[in-house]
Amino acid sequence: MAQAVEHKHTNYMAIFWWLAILTVLELAVIFTGLPKLVVGILLCSLALTKASLVAMYFMHLRFETRTLGLVALTPLTIGTLLVLLLVWDGNPFGHTSGVPPTAATTESH
Amino acid sequence: MSQVAELHAGTAVEPAESPLTPESWGKLGMWIFLAGDAVGFGTLLAGYGVMRATSADWPNPYNVLGINLTAFMTFLLICSSVTMVKALEKVGAGDKSRAQLFLLLTALGGTIFVSLQAYEWTHLIERGLHIGGNPWGATLFGTSFFMVTGFHGLHVSGGVIYLLGVMGAVSRQTDARRKYNMTEIVGLYWHFVDLVWIMVFTFMYLL
Repeated sequence: MAQAVEHKHTNYMAIFWWLAILTVLELAVIFTGLPKLVVGILLCSLALTKASLVAMYFMHLRFETRTLGLVALTPLTIGTLLVLLLVWDGNPFGHTSGVPPTAATTESH
Repeated sequence: MSQVAELHAGTAVEPAESPLTPESWGKLGMWIFLAGDAVGFGTLLAGYGVMRATSADWPNPYNVLGINLTAFMTFLLICSSVTMVKALEKVGAGDKSRAQLFLLLTALGGTIFVSLQAYEWTHLIERGLHIGGNPWGATLFGTSFFMVTGFHGLHVSGGVIYLLGVMGAVSRQTDARRKYNMTEIVGLYWHFVDLVWIMVFTFMYLL
C-alpha cells in the first residue's frame, strides 16, 4: 500500500493536459511549412517527450526502484543501437558493397 | 561471528534497495515482458524507417492515410490511460465500485480504438491499400502499415481482454485493495500500449 500513497501525489489530470497539448502541437508542426528535417526533429522530440511523460508518471517509473528503471532503459539502448546500425545500412550512399543502388533495386522497394 | 554470518547480519539491517520483494515479482515480470515487447516494436519501426529512407517512391503518409481519425484515436488512448490510473487510485482507496467503473471505461476506450482501427483499415482497403500493393507508390508502404498498426491493434485487443479479467478479479473481492498489485500490473501493460501508439502515430502518420 506504500505504493498507493506515493502515487497519490501525482496530478494525473495535469499529465493528461500536457499530453493533449503536445498532441495538438504535433499536428500544428505539420502545417508550419518548416523544412522537412526541422519538422522531423520537432515531431521526434515531441513524441519522445509524450512517451517519457507516460512512462514517468502513468507507469510510475519516476517512483520506482533503480532496477526497474534499468529494465525500462534496456530497450531504449538496444533500440538506439539498432537504429544507428540500420541507418548505416539503409543509407543509399553508405553501401559497403561499393555498388551504388540501381534503378532496379529502387523499384523493388 | 563468521564472515557469512556477518554478511547476513549486515544484509538484515542494511536498507539496500531491492526490487525483488515478493509483492513486486509480477511487476518486475511485466517490466521485463514490456522491455522485450518494446524491442519488437522498435525493430518494426526501425525497419519501417529504413524501407522508407531507401525507397524512391514512398507515398506521403499524411496525404494517403489522413490524420483526423488517428488524432482522435490518439486522444482516446490518452483518455483511457487517465481512466486506468484513476482505476488504480480507486483500488488503492478500496473503492470497489468506482474501480470497476474506471476499469470498464478503460476497456471501453480500447474497444472503441480497435473498432475505429477496423473502420480505418476497411476504408483504406477500399481505396486500394493492400499488403501487396497500393496505387500511390512503394509496395512496402502497405505491408509496413498493416504490419505495425496490426501488431499494435492486437496488443490493444489483448489489453481489453486482460482489463476485463482484472475487473472480474476486483469484483470478486470484498476488499478491492487486495488486487492493487494486479491492477497496477495491467496498468503498466495498458500505458505501454498507449506509449507505443504515441510513437506509431508520429512515425507512421505524421512524419
